[in-house]
Parts: sequence; structure tokens; C-alpha cells
Amino acid sequence: MRDKLNQIMEDALNSLVDLTDLSELDDIRVKYLGKKGEITSVLREMGKLSEEERPFMGKFANEVRDKIEENITNLKTELEEKIKFEKLALETIDITMEDKELKLGHRHPLFQTIEELENLFISMGFSVVQGPEVETVANNFDALNSPKNHPARDLSDTFYFNTDLLLRTHTSPVQIRAMKELGAPLRIVSSGRTFRPDAVDDTHSPMFHQLEGLVVGKDINFANLMYTLNVFIKELFGDDIETRYRPHHFPFTEPSAEVDVSCLKCRGKGCSSCNNTGWDMELLGCGMVHPNVLRNCGIDPEEYSGFAFGMGIDRITMIKYGIPNIRLLFENDDRFLEQF
Amino acid sequence: MLLPIKWVKDYVEIDLEIKTLSDGLNLSGSHIESILEVDKGIKNVVVGEILKIEPHPDADKLVICQVNVGEEELQIVTAAKNVFVGAVVPVALVGAVLDEGFKIKKGKLRGVESFGMFCSLAEFGFNDSVIPTDVRDGIYIIKEEAKLGQDIREVLNINDYVLEIEITPNRPDCLSILGMAREIAATFDKKLTLPEIKINNEADKIEDYLTNIKIESANCNRYYTRVIKDVEVKNSPIWLQARLMEAGIRPINNIVDISNYVMLEYGQPLHAFDLDKIENKEIVVRQAKLDEKITTLDDKERQLDENDLIIADSNNPIAIAGVMGGLDTEVTENTKVVLLESANFNGKSIRLTSNKFALRSEASSRYEKDVDAKICKDAADRFCQLVEEVGAGTVIAGSKDIYENPAEETVIELRTEIVNKKLGVNLSKEEIIKYLVGLGLKVEEDKELLVTVPTIRQDLKIEVDLIEEIGRLYGFHNIKPQPLVGELTRGEKPKFRVIEDMSKEILVGLGLDEILTYSFISPKSYDLINAPEDSELRNYATLLNPLGQDYSVMRTTLISNVLEAISRNYNRKVEDVFFYEFGNIFKPTELPVINPPKEKRTLILGGYGNNLDFYKLKEVITILLNRIGIKNIEIERETNNTTFHPGRTAKLSINGEYIGVLGEIHPDVASNYNLKTRVYVAEIDYDIIIDNISLVKTYKELPKYPAMSRDLALVVDEEVMVGEIEAVIRKHGKKLLEDIKLFDVYTGDQIPDGKKSVAYSIRYRASDRTLTDEEVNKIQDKLIEDLKTILNAELRS
Repeated sequence: MRDKLNQIMEDALNSLVDLTDLSELDDIRVKYLGKKGEITSVLREMGKLSEEERPFMGKFANEVRDKIEENITNLKTELEEKIKFEKLALETIDITMEDKELKLGHRHPLFQTIEELENLFISMGFSVVQGPEVETVANNFDALNSPKNHPARDLSDTFYFNTDLLLRTHTSPVQIRAMKELGAPLRIVSSGRTFRPDAVDDTHSPMFHQLEGLVVGKDINFANLMYTLNVFIKELFGDDIETRYRPHHFPFTEPSAEVDVSCLKCRGKGCSSCNNTGWDMELLGCGMVHPNVLRNCGIDPEEYSGFAFGMGIDRITMIKYGIPNIRLLFENDDRFLEQF
Repeated sequence: MLLPIKWVKDYVEIDLEIKTLSDGLNLSGSHIESILEVDKGIKNVVVGEILKIEPHPDADKLVICQVNVGEEELQIVTAAKNVFVGAVVPVALVGAVLDEGFKIKKGKLRGVESFGMFCSLAEFGFNDSVIPTDVRDGIYIIKEEAKLGQDIREVLNINDYVLEIEITPNRPDCLSILGMAREIAATFDKKLTLPEIKINNEADKIEDYLTNIKIESANCNRYYTRVIKDVEVKNSPIWLQARLMEAGIRPINNIVDISNYVMLEYGQPLHAFDLDKIENKEIVVRQAKLDEKITTLDDKERQLDENDLIIADSNNPIAIAGVMGGLDTEVTENTKVVLLESANFNGKSIRLTSNKFALRSEASSRYEKDVDAKICKDAADRFCQLVEEVGAGTVIAGSKDIYENPAEETVIELRTEIVNKKLGVNLSKEEIIKYLVGLGLKVEEDKELLVTVPTIRQDLKIEVDLIEEIGRLYGFHNIKPQPLVGELTRGEKPKFRVIEDMSKEILVGLGLDEILTYSFISPKSYDLINAPEDSELRNYATLLNPLGQDYSVMRTTLISNVLEAISRNYNRKVEDVFFYEFGNIFKPTELPVINPPKEKRTLILGGYGNNLDFYKLKEVITILLNRIGIKNIEIERETNNTTFHPGRTAKLSINGEYIGVLGEIHPDVASNYNLKTRVYVAEIDYDIIIDNISLVKTYKELPKYPAMSRDLALVVDEEVMVGEIEAVIRKHGKKLLEDIKLFDVYTGDQIPDGKKSVAYSIRYRASDRTLTDEEVNKIQDKLIEDLKTILNAELRS
């Protein structure tokens, strides 16, 4: 009997060698370990053994069964792993391929700039307001203290609908609207479309964009203006960028200044694009609100003062993104838009 | 304007490096646009005299010259045609450097050695536009006294810098050498010396030459004249020519040159007439009459009208005041007596006339900024002085001056406390006074300061004007920035902008690109989009002075803008685009416009390509509007919009109010834009959207009970729209209906002609219990019944 069991074990283990098929493995299990399997049939003959032999033989039979079982189980796990591995290998895909179904669109770079600028000012306590593109001569010029014979009022410098109505030439009339509607104190910014009869070339467009800011309050002074703009410019362009306030003239502010910033290319060291001056010219215009303008809006210039500033967003966008030609902003070529 | 440093040094002491000068002026408000080096690094160019000229043995066009350059004699081979024996010329020696670093080397021209080169003015860096016409071609012949071997820069007076300065319109006084001298003196705290005007030999009396001067127009404030006799019109001396050239003006002849010289120096335009050509020796300053004509110095006949101020004699116009003189009274070589005009005209009148004739001269550009009438006399007298100095004629004694309302000096009260408060500085009274006095203002100390402003500074009218002057001389850069103090404010965006920015993010998320188009369009656009003749869209506001027809009317729709952008991309072979833009349309309240048109915020969507069709466009709009809280959009078929495909267009409304249109562009319109592909466009009134949005979101309990699904396959007439079927399903499903999903629409095999198969998956759920089969079957039976009767639908087995 022992020989028989030894034989069974040897046969069983031999049959497992080179076996690759899981179902064959199952067949082998049934053949040796099943209810009608060979071990069972050997055990059935246990009765023929003597009382003394029986426990030993029983133990041995169990050992044989366990051994076969263990081998089958191990092989099974091994085979299953192998099959899983092969299956995964078969499922390998070309990860360099792309599906172009999902696509994000793109914000126009000019509007990205506007939002960035607005958000900077919002964080400084300014509120965003907006004004119309078609304005009155009163708001665009008169209330802003522009002299009646100022060349900017000429047909060659302003688009008119009639003697009282025009396309705003700057965002400054929003100042007038805001002061009249909201009164003092006030902190606002406003951006939008502006128009001047400039023929289209690399740097000019009859429609362009400005951002305007206004602060009115008690004891607002020029030093406050400088502080505010310095913070803004450093936030926008970096801490290493310096500002320079050059006295200038605008009818609606007094004193007035133009602000140069360190050349954004060389960061002020001097390069060919800034003519070795280290400065980028005329990024903003600014000044203390002219008392006539305050008065025109019903604000007493003896009680309140304010400062205002304005900048060309098209130019800032072009500087920021390295766009060489203003036409690109208005052409809407998708290959341009997709870059931003 | 161009400011030759050498010239301005006549009146103010400048001992500064050019960079220091330029930086200082920049920070005090004179914007230096560039620093020009007049001599451009010219080296080793000296005066030489040609002693001998011989032909070149091997070249017809060359000659061999022997030249005395002071200490030695040189041989120079030249191709110049205007050389002659005895000519004194600029000689670039071997090793010389000319304009733009051009270096002279010893050379051989056709076998003959040459030790230098003769020079023209262009070789010293002068622009063609300022070189006198008679010396523009060929070698420059020096007619002045000059020492042989002398440095040419000394002879031509070109050994200093010229600053190019941007002068702001409020400072016409700075459009002059003296004005800038005043600025430099104030900026650097230097002494200003004005020209000393002295005429040594005056003859006769002006009354012998002029009968009468009348001012008949309010556009002339002052008319001051002097007369010069025995005039000898010839070239100006070289120093005078060189100064004009440096300042950007071409020398013509001594009389014209001196008037230009004085204009540059004082900022006062002068005009010289040939007095013998003036009828009756009478001057009348008046508005022109309709149909009057004048031929101006540029030999063009100009049609005048009542808006033009002119100078006339007894009968005819002899000059367009402040703009350009007349040809008939021009100063020529034959002129013997000159009448000099030093007048003051109204800036606006000059500007309008100069614009009308598109004639902008040095004179008109100064007049239009309103010149100080007080300087007429000094300028004219300075002219006489220079005439005498250069021997151009004899000055007649006396002047005629019509000046009825002399300009008065302004007195402004200045509070030192306010100066410091507005600038955010802490200046003493003494410092403030120092700055004001430096500018030539008179200051009296009363309780506050009383500041008297000379007429030349017409821009200083009120206290803040003086504060600006103090600020810029103290230096804005010296002001210490101070943070805003006071109440904290909260920055915010208006609601419509919040919604708009949010909408943009959604659209970008859905794959659309943002475009930016002009607010004005061509009126022809309305034909291109096939708008009916009586369409409301054609009620647009028209610009009086557009930049061409293409930009002449304010858009009443964004459709043509987006089609143009689409067309441009299509023509550039971009495979597909899907654009959006938020922009205003302009709806006039009356025509022609009197009041500002209504500006309505509008969203346009548009594109073409394989991934875009009606349903995709509709989906984008639905997702967008749902996301911003608009759930009740009604979409109905639109067949009457001539811009769109009649079978593939829908109109959108909210609560019955029309908000826009979406659909495929009519093939005719597409073809008008050269588009040979299907194009989809939607336009939505965002003002109405903003009024209807609701951003409030409230949590709804998650479902506790299972859903029950039913599939429904129907065969219906092809004309039946799925929306109609869904309306029936909704009617019966009521609250229990959770979702309807259309998963198949099919025509073809097994479906009769004129019919289509439509398949739905319908999901039911109750919030408070598990639905039973019976309940759902009951609903299904009823809705199928209704579909059969209302839409003639059949169940597909």
C-alpha cells in the first residue's frame, strides 16, 4: 500500500511537470484528490490493513494527499499569475497615441491681461466699474477739463456721431460717471474699449483698450499715488522693477506724470530694446485729479482730493506676451489665440 | 523739438555732462526723446584750399587735386564736379572718421595715389532735408573766412549735442531756445541771461513806408511790424546756417533764415513780405471772403472762406495768417524792402485753417498752441538786430504795433500748507519761494504767498498749477511714497461682470476660443448677412468721420464680426474653429442718432469643422445657461431669419422673451464670406440673461429608493420632433420621471419611407418609496396611448 501511495505521488507530481493549462490541472486534482480519485480509492482499502498499520498508513496517505494538494495549489497560483500577466501584456497600448476629443479653449491674451490687472486692483480695495463706448462730449472732454480748442477734440483725433456724441477716446469719462453716481470717497478701476482715428499699423489700431483707476478721499496726495502704483507695478512685473515719475501734462490731472518702468527685457540694465536707457517709456499716465474735474462732478476740491491713472492694455499685453504687432490682437487667427 | 545745446548755452550757463542734463530735464518734465551727437564723432576733417587741378590719365570722371591743408600739401583724387582752383573745402585726412564711423584710408584711384577725401554736408551727418539746396549736390564749398588746416567742426560750429525733446501742449513757451533755457535755469538753479537787443543804425521812419495797419478780426490779438530797406538777399553766414540745420530747419536765404532763427529762439513766428508788392502799403488782418483765393509759397492755389484768417493788402490776400505766406509777396533775390510781421493770432483759428489745407508749418504748429502776445516786439526787434549784424539790410526806425487788449499777468494765492498736503511732502516756505522764483515768477509774502505769473506762462492759472511746478522742480522722485490710509474698502466686480467672467470660463472649458473684434463695421455687412431691407438691424448709428467705410457704423449684431473672423481662419486653412466673444451692440433710440445708443451686452458663438454641428452648438448653450442658473430656456424652430438655414435654426427665449438665435448659417451668407463649409452661429442677448440668472444652489437629498427604467422604441412620421415626444412623456411622468435619454434615431431598412424610429430610455423614481412595476406600467401605458393618438406613433416591436 505504501508503495502504491508512493507511486501515486510520483505519478501526480510527474504529471504536474510542464503542465500549462489550468483546466488540465483541475483534471489532475480530480484524478488524484477527488471523491473518486486515486487516493480515495487507496484509502478505501485501508480496511484490509491491520489495526497497527492503519494509523501509520492513514497518516502517510494524508501526507501524500497534502503534498499533491500543495503542489497543485502552488502550480495553480503560478499559472493564474502567468495568465493574468499575459493578459495584461496583451492589453498593452501605444501610450504615445493621443485622443483629441477633449479640448480646452483659450482666453484672448488681452482679456487675460485685463482680468489680471483688475484682480490686482480688487485685492487693493478697488471696485470694478464699466462705462459705455459711445460717450457724450461733456463726459469725454468738458467735464475732464479739456480746453474747448484742444486738438484731441478735432475730427482728426476723435470719432464723432454728432457734435455732442462720440466714441470715447479714453476710459477717463468713466471717472466722471463714477464720481457723479457714487460720490466721494471712491476707489475704482475701469477697463474697456477706446477709439481714435489712427490708421492700422504695427503699433496702432483705431480701437484699443485702456484701464483707468481713480481714488478720491480726504487728504489723498501724490505720495499715495506713487505708493499705489509702485505696489501695482511690482505685483505685475516683479519686485526688481523700478518706477520713474516724469512730470507731464494731462488736462484732467494736476500735477500730472508719466510713469516709466525698468525695461522689462533687461530689467533695467540697459539693452537694445530700451536704447540702453534701462527704462520702458510711458507705461502709465497719472496725476492728482484736477480740482475742476472734482467740481464738475459735484465734489468739493477743498474737502476732497484724489488721484487717477490710466494705461494702454494693448501695449501691456504685447510687452507681457512678447507680441510684436498689435494687429495680431484683432485678427483672431486661431493659431495665435491657441498660444495663450 | 530739437534743442542745440550750443545755442542754449548762449543764454544759460551749462557745465553739466549731457547725461546729467538730460536726466535732470526728464525728471523736471521735459521729456528727452533722444540725445543727438551733432558731430557724430567726426575726426580729422580740416579746411583745405585746392591749388591745382589736373585730369586723371586713366579716368575721364576723376581729377587729381593738390590741396593745401595748412601745414602740408596733399594730393587728392576726386570725382566731384564742383571743385575749382581756389575752392576752400572740407578735407577728410587719412585716418579721418566721418558720419556713422566711416574711416578714410590712403588709397589709389585708377593707379593714382589719394591722401584723403573732399566732403559734402551729408558726410557730416546732416539730413538731406536740412541741407541748403544749393550745396546739396557736390562738395561743400566754404565761403567764410576759415584758416587752412582748421577743424571743420569749428568752422561749422558742430561740436556739441542736440536734444530731441517732447514738449507737452500746455507749454508752448518751451517750443523755443529761450523757453528751454528758462527750464534749464530753473531745473539746475542756474542764471538765465536774455539776449541783449541793440540796433545800432536805424534810418528813416516807418511811417514813410507803411500807410496803415488794421485788425478787423477778433482772431488777431496783436500785429507788430518793422521795415528793413536796402535788403540784400543772399546766403546766411555759415554759423547761422549751421544752427538752423542743427535745429532741423533748412537754410534758404538770409531774410528767411533770420526769421526762422528768431522763431526758434523766441517761439514767435515771423513773416517777411516784399513790401513793394503790397498794394497801397496797407495791411488789413481780416477773415477771408467766400471765394477769395491765394497762391501760397508752395505755388498752390488755395480756396479761402470766412473761417480763414488772412493778411490782406487793400484788396487781396497776401498771406494765410500764421499758416503760410503768399507767393506774390514772397521775399526774392530782387526784394529791396521787407515788411516784417510779428503777430499774434488765435490758436484755434490757425489750427482749423492749417487742418483744412493740411498745411502744418513751424509757424502754425506754434500759433495753434497760443503764443504769448507780449513777445511780438522783442522777437521783431531781435530780427532787426540780426539783419544788421549779418548785413542783410538797413533797419527803419520805429514800428507799428496794433495791440488793443494786452495780456495781463495773473496773480495766484498759494497756501504752503496745501502744497505739502497735496504732494505729501514737507517743504519750507523758503524752498517753495526758491522754486517759483527760479521759474521767473514773482512772489510776495502776505498771509499766504501771492505769486505773479508772467504772460509767457499762460498754463499757470490756479493754485494746483503752481503746486505742480513746485513738485516737478523738487522732483517727484524725491517724494517718499506713502500708503493710502483711511477706511478699508472691499474691491468687487459688478454682478454682470462676475457672470460674464464665469461664462467665459465655462465656454473655454467647453473648448471655445475667445476673439476680439471691432465695435464698428461696414454697412455692407448687413447685405452680406442677408438682413432684409426693413430689418431692425439696419438701424445703426453712423460715424461722421470714420476711418473708411469698413469701420463706419456701430454694429447692431456681432454676426458679421464672427463670420469675418471665421472666414479669415477658413481662408488661412485652419481646420476647425469654435469662437466666442462678449461685445456690445449699439441700438440707436432714434435716427440719425441724437442720444447715446443703447449698448447691449451680447454673446456670439460661431465656428465650423468636423466636431461642430447644430446639436453641439445647442449643447454648449444649454450647458452654459444651465450652469449660470437658467433652467427655463425655450427653444423653438425659427424659419424666418434670413441669415440662417431655414431648416436648421432655432430661436431661444426665456419666459416668452426672445433672447437670441442659434443655427446653421444660410449657405448664401456663408458663400458671401467665401466659406465653403457649414458654419454654425448663435447670438444671445446677455442683458436679459443677467436679469434672469440665479446663482443660488440648494442641496437636494440623494435618492434613497431604487430607480426603474423602461426602454421605449417608437416609429413616428419624420416631421415629428423629438421635443414633441418628450413633452408627452414629461406630461405623464410628472414627478416620478427622473430622466429621459434619447439613444437612437434611425431611418432606413425596416422603417417605412417617411417614418423614423426613435428610441428612449426612461428612468422613474419616487423619493419616498420603491416604485412597483404596476405603477410604472400604468404611466407607460398612458403615455404610449397618448403618443399614438397625438403623434400617430407606433410601438416598435
